[in-house]
Amino acid sequence: MSAPTADVPALLSLRGVNKSFGAVHVLQDVDFDAHAGQVTALVGDNGAGKSTLIKGIAGIYGFDHGGYVFDGEHVTVSNPKQANALGIEVVYQDLALCDNLDIVHNLFLGREVTKAGRLDEATMERRAKETLAGLSVRTVKSIRQQVASLSGGQRQTVAIARSVLWNSKVVILDEPTAALGVAQTEQVLKLVRRLADNGLAVVLISHNLNDVFEVADRISVLYLGRCVAQVVASDVTRNQVVELITSGRSGDLGLGAAAALAASPDTATDPTGPLNAVEAS
Amino acid sequence: MTAVATPPASEQIVEPQLGVGDAVRDYVDRVRGGDVGSLPAVLGLTALTIVFSVMRPDTFTNAFNFANLINQASAVIVIAMGLVFVLLLGEIDLSAGFTAGTSGAVMAIVVTRQDRPWPLAVLAGLVTGAVIGACIGLLVAKLGIPSFVVTLALFLGLQGVLLKLIGEGGTIPMRDETLLELNNGTLPVGLGWVLVVGVVLAYAAVSVRRAQTRRAGGLHADALSVVLGKVLVLAVLLAAATAYLSQERSRNPAVTSIKGMPVVIVLLLVLLVALNFVLGRTSFGRHVYAVGGNAEAARRSGINVQRIRLSCFVISSTMAAVAGLLLASRNNSISPTTGGAETLLYAVGAAVIGGTSLFGGKGKMLDAVLGGLVIAVIINGMGLLNQPSSVVFMVTGVVLLVAASVDALSRKRAAATGRV
Ligand SMILES: Nc1ncnc2c1ncn2[C@@H]1O[C@H](COP(=O)(O)OP(=O)(O)OP(=O)(O)O)[C@@H](O)[C@H]1O
Ligand SMILES: [Mg+2]
Repeated sequence: MSAPTADVPALLSLRGVNKSFGAVHVLQDVDFDAHAGQVTALVGDNGAGKSTLIKGIAGIYGFDHGGYVFDGEHVTVSNPKQANALGIEVVYQDLALCDNLDIVHNLFLGREVTKAGRLDEATMERRAKETLAGLSVRTVKSIRQQVASLSGGQRQTVAIARSVLWNSKVVILDEPTAALGVAQTEQVLKLVRRLADNGLAVVLISHNLNDVFEVADRISVLYLGRCVAQVVASDVTRNQVVELITSGRSGDLGLGAAAALAASPDTATDPTGPLNAVEAS
Repeated sequence: MTAVATPPASEQIVEPQLGVGDAVRDYVDRVRGGDVGSLPAVLGLTALTIVFSVMRPDTFTNAFNFANLINQASAVIVIAMGLVFVLLLGEIDLSAGFTAGTSGAVMAIVVTRQDRPWPLAVLAGLVTGAVIGACIGLLVAKLGIPSFVVTLALFLGLQGVLLKLIGEGGTIPMRDETLLELNNGTLPVGLGWVLVVGVVLAYAAVSVRRAQTRRAGGLHADALSVVLGKVLVLAVLLAAATAYLSQERSRNPAVTSIKGMPVVIVLLLVLLVALNFVLGRTSFGRHVYAVGGNAEAARRSGINVQRIRLSCFVISSTMAAVAGLLLASRNNSISPTTGGAETLLYAVGAAVIGGTSLFGGKGKMLDAVLGGLVIAVIINGMGLLNQPSSVVFMVTGVVLLVAASVDALSRKRAAATGRV
């Protein structure tokens, strides 16, 4: 694990984003940072809003309000194409693969390589092979296999490979190891680490703290739609993270400050307040 | 791909060059795994042809009947070709039959009642089909009404429109020579042969070139023996059919001579090649399969799912309009029942019998042709056996059920063996 340097500016920063579904206020003034070359784990209990946060980042739906800064610039991302254009790729919790298509077709879905209006299968197949080999994936028999015939880990690998096939800068993985056995989990985690070592900003959502502490450089904790902590992984213990996830606070980390802020509306609008408190600790 | 270094070649997944043996083994594996494709249709077609040939050696197998069968089947095949697009999405178009009737009526009105040139009539008919398809597509894709309901409503509504267009007379005659020729005429024998040779050469050239580019790129490619084998099979089949159709088949050759390939084969061939290209070799086609396989995955990949749905319904209805032209040409007129009765059901049956899945995501253009021929052979053969309509309907119904069962079973088997 590379030692994270605290002063690297974040590649992707969200400041005070909000999202409601009707009356349900799912995300409240959330701050979030992802740094190039690092794995940022996003943790939180079921329903904390993790998937909602990354769908907002990916442009599946826009945030209601809040700042979205990418590579130092304020940007608007309201559809997946815009996120892709920035170099943001998401591997979804419910895998977004088409079972009736083969690996190559899935890797290039929606962004097929064409030559004079025709699909350029040869180029796509070659690039697919290079990408899989670049990720040291050797477990698939043939890249012309239908995705339906792959194991969970292999499918996850395809989904991850899909996200690095393009000039991606940020790769977000929503629970990539949730359905996997021990060996396949290990493989996918190695792959996640390799992405970061190759210079990508990786965001990893996981409920498994073993996985998180194995690969993450930084940890962000969501609690009931609020970001209660963004910390360097080596600065905290497992127990502290568990407490943050379950109760939103742990000692001087977490909601203590935020709850106090929430009580006074004037300061609550300054989202950097609680964050500074956390990172100073 | 900047972030990922290109690896040494030794780490890449190596795919071997395969010969005929491997190709056959691969195919058997696929069928065993539940990916039966068009196999049931081919087997069914062969079995039916043998049965009817044995029972009616004089009438079923003569060249006159063979040509007749193609003319009879053409409209159903063309509707089925359009339906494949809709079925690939997991949707249905129940109105395709009356879309054919309505568009055919528009063509007949323009060419007969208004006495305008035939290209204008054809254009008007095709536009009618496209507009109907756009209406269905908008209601299904934008409003999210199930296609079953939308097209059921149109099935009823268009029946009314057709009656209205035809008016009191009961039928609209079709009198344009060119249009009548389309589904009644024959090509000169020589031209038929030129066409067949051209098709075989083109197919050979495309296949060989594809294998070469793939091999040049270091990718798995069919061995030359496999490619040539396929070309040979195609050549033999087409040559046999052409030789057969080139015979004199007039009952009274002294008065009129009928020989050569039916003109409509050219249209079927053009549509088959063009739509096959669209489905198999363009991004649009790939997106159609993706939407049928997993619409949410397609959406997240940045595919405009609504646009794909809309386009497929437009294609389906436009193809139905082409079928309307073929029906009008064949029957010399449009009547209130043109495209009605069992036309649509035969077309859906054709696609499904050919191997297109009702569950979406699986199917090919050739399915429509093979399935359409199966249906045409049943109807034609049963007719020659002097079976009443009651029996023909029952047999066709059973065949359709068998095809749907094969579809469902192969899907189960595919799920069990990890294929879809
Ligand atoms: N489309 C939606 N409409 C209404 N409510 C939604 C919608 N999507 C999510 N929610 C609600 O938002 C909250 C956060 O959901 P989200 O899926 O982001 O949680 P999560 O942190 O990813 O949980 P998990 O760990 O179970 O995946 C939940 O209470 C959920 O019910
Ligand atoms: Mg989630």
